[in-house]
Amino acid sequence: MEGLIPYITEPREDTGLTNGKIGIWLFLASEIMLFGAFFATYIVMRLGSDVWPRGWEAQNVPLGTVNTAVLITSSVTMVMAWASLERSDVKKFQMFAAATVALGAVFLVIKYIEYTSHFHENMWPRTDTYLAVYFTMTGLHALHVIFGMSVNGYFWLAGPSYWAAGDRQLLINRVENAGLFWHFVDIVWIFLFPVLYLL
Amino acid sequence: MDNHAVNHAADIDRQVRGYMVVFVALLAMTAVTVGVSYLHLEVHHAIEVALVIACFKASLVLLFFMHLISERHVIFVILAFTVAFFLVLMILPILTNLDHIRV
Repeated sequence: MEGLIPYITEPREDTGLTNGKIGIWLFLASEIMLFGAFFATYIVMRLGSDVWPRGWEAQNVPLGTVNTAVLITSSVTMVMAWASLERSDVKKFQMFAAATVALGAVFLVIKYIEYTSHFHENMWPRTDTYLAVYFTMTGLHALHVIFGMSVNGYFWLAGPSYWAAGDRQLLINRVENAGLFWHFVDIVWIFLFPVLYLL
Repeated sequence: MDNHAVNHAADIDRQVRGYMVVFVALLAMTAVTVGVSYLHLEVHHAIEVALVIACFKASLVLLFFMHLISERHVIFVILAFTVAFFLVLMILPILTNLDHIRV
């Protein structure tokens, strides 16, 4: 149909990119501004508060550190899933995609342990401004982890069908774009961890 | 395999080796960030150290895992606009609070 942006698997001549890749980067730009608004809120709240706890006083730093390592590792498995497709190794792709989803689940389980520990200590979002900011930012980040796991889970299960149907470049492009989102989620945590746990 | 396929496979192998180096670097920098936090530095020094390391880690993820190191011009244009607006978003609240910063 005329007027629709066509789906392409090869880069366009004018941009050198597929439409999908430009689309995901524009989406990530909007996501940067979304999290930017929350980081700006954190700055306003912290600079305007008479009392603000140091992160290590309120948080379990070892658990946060483990979660950081988990998310970094999941970024590696994600990029290895893409590299496996580039090597035409669908079995390895599935293995790395499953590992990425599993590591995302580990991250969420650790986050659940941290949240329930806070609740048992009567630390709620309404308790103080620091906790309100902490729960809002980590909660929004967790939603992104869940979304990324859903997308990666889909490609883990449906990837072989794409491959068998001959849509190989289509799958490679989509896994790369899903990976860009997953790495963005990792980058957000790279900043959230020191801001909320260590400062 | 033709020459193109051989070059492509070698290129992917080279990239995978790079991913492993970046992986180790990211874990090492995480350890440094956490280690420094146990020194209980003054807040402004702690912020400087933590943000410098976080920016370096984010750069590694962007350049290698997100392939910015070999990305096209259009992506950099998108990111340049985003970074400009993001910086405004960060700097404005700091400027408006300069008269009563209590960190």
